[in-house]
Amino acid sequence: MADDDTAYHDYGGRADGPIDRTEHEPSFWEQRVDAILELLGDPRRRLMRLDEFRWMNETMGADDYERLSYYERWVHSVTRLMIHKGVITRDELDARMDEIRHRPETSP
Amino acid sequence: MIAALHEDQLVRVERGVEYGHVRTPGYLRGRHGRILEVVGGFPDPNVLARGGLGLPYRMLYRVAFCARDVWPEYAGSAADEIVADLYEHHLQAREDNDG
Repeated sequence: MADDDTAYHDYGGRADGPIDRTEHEPSFWEQRVDAILELLGDPRRRLMRLDEFRWMNETMGADDYERLSYYERWVHSVTRLMIHKGVITRDELDARMDEIRHRPETSP
Repeated sequence: MIAALHEDQLVRVERGVEYGHVRTPGYLRGRHGRILEVVGGFPDPNVLARGGLGLPYRMLYRVAFCARDVWPEYAGSAADEIVADLYEHHLQAREDNDG
């Protein structure tokens, strides 16, 4: 963390110019990411608290934080947290990603 | 849980007291404000962030800052304030004349 107490995620109050207020519809994958977080944090599962998730965003490093889009950061952080907590393993995730990558295209 | 600070008390936001998942924004560190309200005890976010239960609970205060103190170039009214919820261990009580 910087000497002046402000870390890369601490945007508030910074003189960075006007905010882009253009609205956009969240895409399907973004909505799914949102749903995954809701489900992991729900009181019956309690696999994740909001503060744990935010801490992941605050420790991913400035490069990833700047490079990734809003929901890409969410995916990055929730993945790190679930591996860190032992809910999933890196191998399980890699195997599942591989399976999806090789899934035959199906028509809707 | 007993509040060490009270409504209308003048406070300074501490610098460098705590690192990690702290909710006090950087732009308020070192600033002088006035307590509007004692909000109550809440789990410590920095402990929750590491998977703990948030103990010990931290007393939370609603604190007002003069916008022109925070942003010297602020063009709005001199009466405008910014209000933030801040934890007791990030606040230092101060006398009116202690700069």
